[in-house]
Amino acid sequence: MDDLRDLYQQLILDHNRNPQNFRDMQNATATANGHNPLCGDEIKLFLNVENDQILDISFKGSGCAISKASASIMTTLIKGKTVAETESLFARFHTMITTGEIIGDIGKLAVLAGVYKFPSRVKCASLSWHTMNNALHGKENLTTTE
Amino acid sequence: MFNVKNIRNDFPIFSNQADDFVYLDSSATTLKPKRVIDAVTNYYTNYSANVHRSIYKMGEEATAAYEGSRKKVADFIKAESNSIIFTKGTTESINLVAYAWARKNLKEGDEILLTEMEHHSNLIPWQLCAKETGAVLKHIPFNDDGTLDLSEPEKWFTKKTKLVAVIHQSNVFGTINPVKEIIKMAHDVGALVLVDAAQSVPHQKVDVQDMNCDFLAFSGHKMLGPTGVGVLYGRPEILETMDPFLGGGEMIRTVSFTESTWNDIPWKFEAGTPNVAQAIGLGAAIDYINSIGLEQIHRHEQELLNYALTKMQEIPELTIYGAALVRGAVISFNVENVHPHDLSQLLDNDGIAIRAGHHCAQPIMKKLGVSATGRSSFYLYNSKEDIDRLCESIVKTVNFMGGSH
Repeated sequence: MDDLRDLYQQLILDHNRNPQNFRDMQNATATANGHNPLCGDEIKLFLNVENDQILDISFKGSGCAISKASASIMTTLIKGKTVAETESLFARFHTMITTGEIIGDIGKLAVLAGVYKFPSRVKCASLSWHTMNNALHGKENLTTTE
Repeated sequence: MFNVKNIRNDFPIFSNQADDFVYLDSSATTLKPKRVIDAVTNYYTNYSANVHRSIYKMGEEATAAYEGSRKKVADFIKAESNSIIFTKGTTESINLVAYAWARKNLKEGDEILLTEMEHHSNLIPWQLCAKETGAVLKHIPFNDDGTLDLSEPEKWFTKKTKLVAVIHQSNVFGTINPVKEIIKMAHDVGALVLVDAAQSVPHQKVDVQDMNCDFLAFSGHKMLGPTGVGVLYGRPEILETMDPFLGGGEMIRTVSFTESTWNDIPWKFEAGTPNVAQAIGLGAAIDYINSIGLEQIHRHEQELLNYALTKMQEIPELTIYGAALVRGAVISFNVENVHPHDLSQLLDNDGIAIRAGHHCAQPIMKKLGVSATGRSSFYLYNSKEDIDRLCESIVKTVNFMGGSH
């Protein structure tokens, strides 16, 4: 039970109920779509990148609590960051949700540390990040986590 | 009197899982009684020879057990042994027909008639086949209540219809489709019919003579048997006209470097060393089902179904998909504001296993306007207490996820 409480702790539930930056973006410089065929989770991600800096980020879509919360937390953390900082955070986030190991300061993402104990949910937590990464690198094609 | 407690004692998994383990995912795969596990172990422990080719006592024993299972399967669905082909599962059974019959007999413009409630295993083989042959796919739609809309048969059953492939019991809605009626309409226009019976054969009496189907496919693991074995029933006179599916050992009569002749049916369709242990295990599963009584099992499931429908409908946040009057013990549902994956994860935390996802039926999900659903399905080892536990845990999850808003 504790493991699951870890996973669904209040912060995840809050972000699921009231996701941050959950909106369209008219002036997006890049967008990408993501899809998790296992769950049917779908996300559309918007970025506004200027001079190597992420000025704005938002998302739309439907998904489980973990995918929605992960996307929501991600947007709050990388807004204002440089592309390099974002990539570093993604790499460390990925390590954390697949192994449980936390490298450096990952801020609020720590609430998702328990995901590694539930392998079937790793894809839920990582969908928004993979989609963001694709948008960042100009891959508008559908991201799939299968 | 149907005694679930005694039945559960026949399934070792219940003593190996936590005391409060509730398994409600038999539509995906069933648990295995000791009798089946023992039959598989016994083959590997005491007489694990190859079949049909070993001229020694142990080989004869293995062949007798393997062919004995074929007879048990045949009797179970009221068929002759030569019409029973062992495959690795329903999917392979359907593909066998798609490759060995449909690709040889369909041409451009011919129609393959399916329904909108097919499992992917009864959609994709026909999409591939249509692409190669130029045949056209048509789909009988389903109504809001999860029943087929057969109101305009002349629209679907035409002179061009050459094959009808239909699911007997929906793995999403539980609906039991009127296959006898469909088969009659198909035969009237000269089409053959394949019935996907993966969800029906384990739970209700299926009589291929009475049904009058041309092909019928089902899986061992959904009826208490091992994974890796399935069955294709084919009308013998059709099987005789068909070329082999896979080439290799066992399926041949004579072989030269350039040409070969084929073994008799059903062996013509069983290339290579077959899944001997699994087929023997399936035979043991059928013995076990017969020892309890398929009719008794069916009645018990119907009781559970009605109880569950009543109890679940008492939860205001819960939506059930499908309301067919004739249906099996499968209930797909969603809970307001809770994604089925979160629901399944939180129910698991209470020791309850349900299915969450698209149930290999993405087009159905799309038509329902949902990305996924939860699904609970029942079998002989389930009880009303299991359903009480399910409902309590759903309510608990609604409160946890819904919180204060």
